[in-house]
Amino acid sequence: MKQKQHKTWSAATAVLGVWLLTPAAADAYTVYVSSEKDNTITVVDGETLDIKATVKVGPRPRGIALSKDQKSLYVCTSDADHIEVLDLATLKVTHTLPSGPDPELLALGPDGRLLYVANEDDNMVTVVDVEGRSKVAEIQVGVEPEGMGVSPDGKWLVNTSETTNMAHFIDLATREVAANVLVDQRPRVAQFTPDSKQVWVSSEIGGNVSVIDAATKEKIKVISFEIPGLRRESIQPVGIRISDDGKRAFVALGPAARVAVIDTATLEVEKYLLVGQRVWNLEFSPDQQRLFTTNGVSNDMSVIDLERLKVRKTVPVGRLPWGVVVAP
Amino acid sequence: MRSLIVGAIVLMIAAGVPAAAELEISIGLIDREPQARLPLSSLEPVIVDDGLEGARQGIRDNNTTGRFTGQTFALVHRRLAIGADAALTLRELHGQGLRLFMLNLTAPELLALADLPEARDSLLFNIAAPDDSLRVSDCRANLLHTAPSRAMRADALGQYLAWKRWTRWFLVVGPHPGDQAYAAALRRAAKRFGAKIVVEKPWTFEAGAARTDSGHFNEQQEANTFTQVADYDILLVADESDTFGEYLNYRTFLARPVGGTQGLTATPWSGVSEQWGATQFQRRFREQTGRFMTPVDYAAWLAVRSVGEAATRTRSADPSVLRAFLLGPDFRLAAFKGVPASFRDWNGQLRQPLLIVSPRVLVSVSPQEGFLHQFSTLDTLGYDRPETTCGQF
Repeated sequence: MKQKQHKTWSAATAVLGVWLLTPAAADAYTVYVSSEKDNTITVVDGETLDIKATVKVGPRPRGIALSKDQKSLYVCTSDADHIEVLDLATLKVTHTLPSGPDPELLALGPDGRLLYVANEDDNMVTVVDVEGRSKVAEIQVGVEPEGMGVSPDGKWLVNTSETTNMAHFIDLATREVAANVLVDQRPRVAQFTPDSKQVWVSSEIGGNVSVIDAATKEKIKVISFEIPGLRRESIQPVGIRISDDGKRAFVALGPAARVAVIDTATLEVEKYLLVGQRVWNLEFSPDQQRLFTTNGVSNDMSVIDLERLKVRKTVPVGRLPWGVVVAP
Repeated sequence: MRSLIVGAIVLMIAAGVPAAAELEISIGLIDREPQARLPLSSLEPVIVDDGLEGARQGIRDNNTTGRFTGQTFALVHRRLAIGADAALTLRELHGQGLRLFMLNLTAPELLALADLPEARDSLLFNIAAPDDSLRVSDCRANLLHTAPSRAMRADALGQYLAWKRWTRWFLVVGPHPGDQAYAAALRRAAKRFGAKIVVEKPWTFEAGAARTDSGHFNEQQEANTFTQVADYDILLVADESDTFGEYLNYRTFLARPVGGTQGLTATPWSGVSEQWGATQFQRRFREQTGRFMTPVDYAAWLAVRSVGEAATRTRSADPSVLRAFLLGPDFRLAAFKGVPASFRDWNGQLRQPLLIVSPRVLVSVSPQEGFLHQFSTLDTLGYDRPETTCGQF
């Protein structure tokens, strides 16, 4: 089956010179992109890459996350100081969740009931019960909390603070900060490996990614990036995604307009893929065949073919695309 | 108590942060009582704690990090009465053990302090003086500058005007030495970025008391007559003391914009900036102070954060260790302007983007695209390494 699919694709590309949809309808999926400037969520068919809908939400939508049942989307509408819950069947905002001021990024706990939200304005991580629709706890962290990564085993929440330049390890059982690891300037995103053994933290102004051992809280390596012809200042890592098999990591490099492909065994950069301007966040397709990137300045989304490690298409979305989520 | 300390150390080891003994770092701020004067516009409140509040915000930010690294930062503020000798104050603070100082003083005062025997083992930060001489010929190894120079501001504006192709400038220069110096920086920028000063006139009209009934008739007439000159693209005004520049806007004989020290300006910081995380930064400041952050506040914040960042990375409060790190290749400061700020190792100037602003919005940010430099595009603003004669900085 897989072989056949592959052939169909190659033939179509060769003959028509365009990228046609792959035939398997069974694994159709949808891509959701938040556009910070337009106050919208753009709904894109993951296969055909057609825009299916553009949904108006609250002001300045940034971080987005899928509910555990994959039926709704949590949207940090930063300037409204709350989280909107978008029902994916009707594409209507059904209710809001309290979040504390200026929510930017969020992560859903493995049980799907608790949502962890970074509040940039008051140095707190807010814990929200999505069923009870209430705030259940606040955890004091560094200045300007930003990145939020929950370990797949549910033990740790790693929050990064942009001005304090730290990754705070929060024990999810006690909700206390158990360890703080100094990283480089303006840490943005924290992403655990699928085995929960490492957390990767991107430093936007530092221009690198720290790979931290979750057990010892020691830095294993600081990965830096060098792109010929590009100045150091323009390399600003933000979004990170690690493949389900744990073998490859992808890092969005912001104004450098590249996604770095990293071999997780050697922690070396294999390749840089040219995408749109100010590439911010990343998400895989459910079958891990494609990677979607939000490109803030060029107002589009790049689609990367992961088998060939090539950018296949660019899809225009709303202005200043920020977050991206994929749902089956 | 002991178990608490042991606990804290264990936590730090566990955290992967080296278990430095508790380190206390005090930073001095020496400024001068502002001379009483009415602001040009009644919309602008008189600021009496310019720089001080920025320093305080820097200390708060440093201490949040310090909570996790075992470092505490404190600010020691001394305000000089008009005419008082700054050297006495620096000596006093040095005697108390301070070695890091922020100075909101004039260029001659900065040099006098930097040359004191007490300053030899100290590190000084200039948070206000824009004089290019301090960055070009009169450098001091123990004096770093977080405030931009006049040349940097003029170049930032000049680049934007070059991008707009508004290259015919009408230069209006006020009577004060600062106005003359800024005009010189604009002339240099014109040469560098392909603009031409088509007319230059000194401003001599004394606007007088601003609150007089019907006083505007005066300025309306005067500005209209004064600006009857050959055609140009933009009027650039050099009025650092803010006494007349604003009166030219909307009153020129030809319908032309005004920039320079008023109108469209290049500035290290402005309340209008909300990009690159600045929203939170601005909000924190306003909640604490009830006002907007000024360029001097911002320069003070940059100085305190530079010290904080260097102390965190080097685990030291030793001025020579901090200085070496600040001028080295690994220092990068997140400064809410999109790219990291760092120090030029040839004259101690903090390289940073400058905001091009109108009174209510951010218009652009310089350096502009297309102005290239072999090392850092930020070095297209101000005097570059080969242009300075600082020697062994």
